[in-house]
Amino acid sequence: MSVGIVLLVHMALDRAEQVARFWAKAGCPVVIHVDRCVSKTDYNQFVSNVSDIPEIDFSRRFRCEWGTWGIVAATRTASAQMLDRYAHVRHVYLASGACLPLRPVEQLQSYLDNNPRTDFIESVTTADVPWTIGGLDIERFNFSFPFAWKSQRFLFDRYVALQRKMGRRRKIPEGLVPHMGSQWWCLTRQTLSSILNDPQQREINRYFRRVWIPDESYFQTMVRRHSEQIESRSLTLSKFDFQGKPHIFYDDHLQLLRRSDCFVARKIWPHADRLYHEFLSDRAVEAHQTEPSPGKIDRVFSKAVERRTRGRPGLYMHSRFPREDWENGITAEPFTVFQGFSELFEDFENWLSQTIGHPVHGHLFAKDRVHFADGQNSLNGALTDSATLRDYDPTGFLTNLIWNTRGEQQCFQFGPNDNQAVNWRIAKDPNATVWIISGAWAVPLFRSGQNFGDVRKEAARLQRIESAHIDVLQSLWTKARVRIWTLADFVENPMEPLQLILDDIGPMSDHRLSEAPKMVNLRGFGQFLQNLKNQGMQPYLMGDFPIHQLPELDMQEPTRPYLVK
Amino acid sequence: MRLRRKRRLVRAARKSSDLRPVHDRTNRIAARDILLIGTIRNEAIRLPYFFDYYRDRGVNHFLIVDNDSTDGTAEFLAQQPDTSVWHSSVSYQRATYGVDWTNALLRKYAGGHWILAVDPDEFFIYPFCDTRSIRALTDWLDNSAIRSFGAMLLDVYPKGRIDAVPYRSGQDPLEIACWFDSGNYTIKRNPTYGNLWIQGGPRARAFFSEAPEKAPALNKIPLVKWDRRFAYVQSTHMLLPRGLNQVYDEWGGEKASGVLMHTKFLSTFTEKADEELIRREHYGQSIEYKAYAGTLKSNPDLWCKWSERYINWRQLEIFGLMSKGNWA
Repeated sequence: MSVGIVLLVHMALDRAEQVARFWAKAGCPVVIHVDRCVSKTDYNQFVSNVSDIPEIDFSRRFRCEWGTWGIVAATRTASAQMLDRYAHVRHVYLASGACLPLRPVEQLQSYLDNNPRTDFIESVTTADVPWTIGGLDIERFNFSFPFAWKSQRFLFDRYVALQRKMGRRRKIPEGLVPHMGSQWWCLTRQTLSSILNDPQQREINRYFRRVWIPDESYFQTMVRRHSEQIESRSLTLSKFDFQGKPHIFYDDHLQLLRRSDCFVARKIWPHADRLYHEFLSDRAVEAHQTEPSPGKIDRVFSKAVERRTRGRPGLYMHSRFPREDWENGITAEPFTVFQGFSELFEDFENWLSQTIGHPVHGHLFAKDRVHFADGQNSLNGALTDSATLRDYDPTGFLTNLIWNTRGEQQCFQFGPNDNQAVNWRIAKDPNATVWIISGAWAVPLFRSGQNFGDVRKEAARLQRIESAHIDVLQSLWTKARVRIWTLADFVENPMEPLQLILDDIGPMSDHRLSEAPKMVNLRGFGQFLQNLKNQGMQPYLMGDFPIHQLPELDMQEPTRPYLVK
Repeated sequence: MRLRRKRRLVRAARKSSDLRPVHDRTNRIAARDILLIGTIRNEAIRLPYFFDYYRDRGVNHFLIVDNDSTDGTAEFLAQQPDTSVWHSSVSYQRATYGVDWTNALLRKYAGGHWILAVDPDEFFIYPFCDTRSIRALTDWLDNSAIRSFGAMLLDVYPKGRIDAVPYRSGQDPLEIACWFDSGNYTIKRNPTYGNLWIQGGPRARAFFSEAPEKAPALNKIPLVKWDRRFAYVQSTHMLLPRGLNQVYDEWGGEKASGVLMHTKFLSTFTEKADEELIRREHYGQSIEYKAYAGTLKSNPDLWCKWSERYINWRQLEIFGLMSKGNWA
């Protein structure tokens, strides 16, 4: 018993010839259909090239425009010819000129011998397939499609829209339940001949002539009427990208294809010399009977589709530049922004860096330069500390920084003295965590000992900026995690928020707050705020700071060891 | 926009009179050939490797404008059987930095072909370039109905003084200049032409840190399925019609893209910079070269602690400097 191959060819005739010879040599009769679009001279050349092999036949040629009946007509004619001419053929395998057999034919043969009554054809109802293109699923069967999609796109689209508007439903011939699936099947002689000789075939064929892409539905539907046993999968490995075009295999897929254990793969790039050489040369037939397992290839290609449609979050480059709010990840990874901490604590960055065990940046957006951790003047990706370069594209600087340091969580200081251009981006970014001690910018002013008139002016400016920033963070569009303490609240009980922050940064490791950072001396700060008020400036972001000393603050120095549990 | 495009084409036709054919072998161009087009001035030392590199990757024919070279470039080109050569003694600047010549030649010879427009110091890297030819890429682009393919210009440089290791003819320039900046690029959208405008890298960092807006553009669209009606507008940074500039995805996905390794910073650079400074033939009164000359005299090392050493295209893709898109 034997398997017969129906080969649909429309280009790369030299490769088709190679494959046809391979099948024929292994004892499989081959019937080739060549698209009528192929020129007469090329066709004749092809026919004469293989005339030395009697098992290769050619069937009547049809014009096969994509999505039209031509391909089904061609398949029907070629299959009928196969069944008529080769009585010993028990299975017919439909393949294309760009298909490449991956396993020795004997293995396919014995696999089919073990499943003598099974039809291998993907056949599922329209409701259950996610991969239809152009939103046409059940409409393929309800509308008619007299126009070609490729050459008469405008008419095609108009006519579909019109039918949609009219709510058209074509009458589906009795006893047919529309099914769809991969075009490439392997059917038993029995099933195939009953499909070809269906008593209702005139009516059915007339119906399918106007169905959209009938090559994916004609046999898939008919087989439900005639088959005894359907195995709903294709023996041909064929993957499609997000636009419904088949993925193409190249020389570098050799190992992947080999390990897939599939019988046939498509599409192969016609110039993939190595693949054709490896798979079409004689190989020792191994006895083992493995089931096809295209899992790995599936993953490679579904990753490719995901890269094309979703991309890598936080990446901005010359072929991925999403519009605002379509980034699918503004930044690559979580990061933390501290505002007011380095003002309130002495050497906060060092303390935090030692406690959590990785570098903590200073004010990345400071006016004078970029303050990278540990006083470095450049960082991953060759970002420099030049404020001019940074301010040329501040959000780009931030997204670059986060992208370049993937795998290391970034923490940096921020404040009203810094470039505020990134505020919205950070606010809208779910990767951002922002901790703010509002009004802490007043502490350095208080300690600066500058002329009070200047201090008052500066305080008013900083308060305006921070207040605008907080408005942004509290807006409806904010996706960042934000926690704001007033300076007064924070100072009253600094340990609790600090522990909270540590837990948040590294929930995995054990960041015990063993040593508290040293708070700057705030003696006289309450009076300082009162003086501002007396000068007519209302400092409100600090909360209610008592004019007179908080008793605890006197106990500040020296560093107080603080143990939590 | 149509007017602008027409203007470019008319200008190209006018400027094509500058070009005198030296070796016209265009009758050897076959129907599906991939064509490389470039303008060359005094690059003889680079040419052997350049031609080998692109022949290996499947370029079938070279269309070269020789802009008055005096260093043996002409003699080298004459010996290449797959190369057609035109000569021009007219100013490079007056021909819109060579774009007019490129457009004129492409219009005449490249309709229906995939063309690769590169300079002699640019090496095209694309996904799977170690295992697949440019033909595989263009076949795939054809299949996916994509007409143009973007590549970012990636400046590579040696470690140490630029003139420390002399470049030998025929050598792979990436053996010397193998370092690059992986993540300091800024991108803006150009609303007029719809292309992206990319700046950054070592040149912005070392020469333009006080005036980043003047840093050279790094966005390029070197690979195009040419049509007689197309025109490059400014170098190979952008094209008309504008649809060709849409080589990037705006909805979060990644389109396939490549990189042009820009091996300008070799030992040959210092002389070149001096020469260009005298000629003043480059963009914006050679502002770029002025900046180079200034910095290079004092500190001719572009290398920094965070420079990355080039390994292969997969490394560039991991850094996000190029993408496989949905080509797998």
